[in-house]
Amino acid sequence: MNRVYVNEQVCMGCGLCQVYCQAEHSMSKDIIKAFNRDLLRPLPGLRVERKGPVCFPVQCQHCDEAWCVYSCLTGAMHRDMATGAVVVDRDRCVGCWTCIVACPYGALVRNTTAKVVAKCDLCPEREVPVCVANCPNEALMVGEDRCGSPNWDCHRVEGGTEAG
Amino acid sequence: MMANRQAIGTEYLIIGNSAGAIGAAEALREVDRHGVLTMVSDEPYPAYCRPLLAKYLAGERTVDEMLFRPADFYAQNDITLLSGNRVKRLELDSRVAHLESGEQITWNKLLLATGGVPIVPKMGGVDKKGVFTFLTLEDAQAIASFARNAGRAVVVGGGLIGISVTEALTKLGIGVTIVEMKDRVLNTILDEEASSIAEENLRQAGVAVITNHTVSEISGQAFTEGVVLDSGEGIPCDLVVIAIGVLPRTELTLNTEIRVNRGIVVDLYMSTSYPGVYSCGDAAEAYDFVYAANRVTPIWLNAYIGGRIAGHNMAGIRTEYRGGTTMNALSYFGLDIAAAGAVTPSDETNCEVISRRQDGIYRKVVLRDDVVTGMVFVREIEKSGIVFGLMRDRTNVSSFKQGLLADDFGLAYFPEELRRERLRTPGSGVGSRSAALGEVERLVSGE
Repeated sequence: MNRVYVNEQVCMGCGLCQVYCQAEHSMSKDIIKAFNRDLLRPLPGLRVERKGPVCFPVQCQHCDEAWCVYSCLTGAMHRDMATGAVVVDRDRCVGCWTCIVACPYGALVRNTTAKVVAKCDLCPEREVPVCVANCPNEALMVGEDRCGSPNWDCHRVEGGTEAG
Repeated sequence: MMANRQAIGTEYLIIGNSAGAIGAAEALREVDRHGVLTMVSDEPYPAYCRPLLAKYLAGERTVDEMLFRPADFYAQNDITLLSGNRVKRLELDSRVAHLESGEQITWNKLLLATGGVPIVPKMGGVDKKGVFTFLTLEDAQAIASFARNAGRAVVVGGGLIGISVTEALTKLGIGVTIVEMKDRVLNTILDEEASSIAEENLRQAGVAVITNHTVSEISGQAFTEGVVLDSGEGIPCDLVVIAIGVLPRTELTLNTEIRVNRGIVVDLYMSTSYPGVYSCGDAAEAYDFVYAANRVTPIWLNAYIGGRIAGHNMAGIRTEYRGGTTMNALSYFGLDIAAAGAVTPSDETNCEVISRRQDGIYRKVVLRDDVVTGMVFVREIEKSGIVFGLMRDRTNVSSFKQGLLADDFGLAYFPEELRRERLRTPGSGVGSRSAALGEVERLVSGE
């Protein structure tokens, strides 16, 4: 399963990842129109953190043990079996925000107008997510997650192999 | 007398069909694709989202729109669902479940995901028409049909269920009075400050809130005409919803060796005191890491994860539960609140409270020995998950605790090593790009 990695040593905090993310998820998909004319400016699926010299974007890690999925009251937050990405079915999401409390990355955003949660979808229509493709300093990378996510809820103490 | 029909044999028997049961079934199927899996539920539907009952009652969701899993979930996962059927009795030593329909099921591994039952106090008039509980789809359907001719309602209990049914009834144009026994609404999950914000928000939405009182009697003839408070005051109404709490549903453990305290006691493998029998969810009393003790925490997330742990263990993958605690996201009458753990410190000596309130935004963390043990976020809740993650991981936050409530709080506040671990940044240090590429397969970077 893919996810976006950041090398914070290289990130300069320009925020273009966020800008391109918003444009990609807008009606027009046009960077000018999205910010200038589209009535509903989409929410970005990532958040740029800046503190002193430290800056980096944070987006959904598409965790193996995805707490947002486990906590979802409606089944809207789920893993796409084909791509492995954690995605939200906007029709089933009711905006209860339980996933926001469950996500240890703060990677989910409330869309209070539509009452649905917004998040990184890894740009399903593209080979490379827009944030990665447009990072001027190559601070963002996308790749297969071989490190595995930390097992937040459990650890296997003996026997068996990693499931799923 | 000999059994007049042959027992159904199953490898795994799950009693229940809500969050815990589904969590277990999904975990079982991750490990064991083919072991025979049977689920029995007294509710005659596929699993549905209990927290959406208020949306159903308000007319915002149909039953089809509140199913917890796609319609083909049971078929896809080779699960036999016996819905609308109740397990009457268990014979643990011979591993036989007796169903109300007369059928018998023999199991190899059993999960009791039986959920909870609403507490209904012994008070006069509780059997009148127009008195309901609010836990099942059947309850919501009954209230929905009764509410068409109702103008005023009293909700007994100002907890989560009480507030959610209040919102639904308000949307239907029914005037609601909440009667809460304690001195504030949502007192089991919020601190005083957040409770007062929530209460003010309820009043602004036109809800009457009466605290420090109980309903001692429901008045009327066949139909409800009002309630009488312990003060003697009467409140006219034609609908009463009793929402004072839920008790673990443990009746199947009666006269068995399964240990029950408040709920069915389970160890870190979600196993009961009887080998081969597991439990999870609202029925169970599992480990709470904030209290360092077993507690009943009737929370959807804990039910699902507890079920997941149980499922893995039932399928033979020994998996340890790291414990859960109370965790709630509330979004009622336009007010968003996130709360978890012990929001009011019990032991002042080791505890530290950091809080901030401005412009209606309230944030608070409770620390014990520099580990987060409780949190409340009102209105601005986006960062609550990061704090809850630290709480779950029992991370020592001494070096950045003052930043926990900052507007821009985030992973940037973490010590670098902790942040790298969280973000699973490939490699470390400046110039580690090539090392990073070695660790991550198929990395694609920008042009």
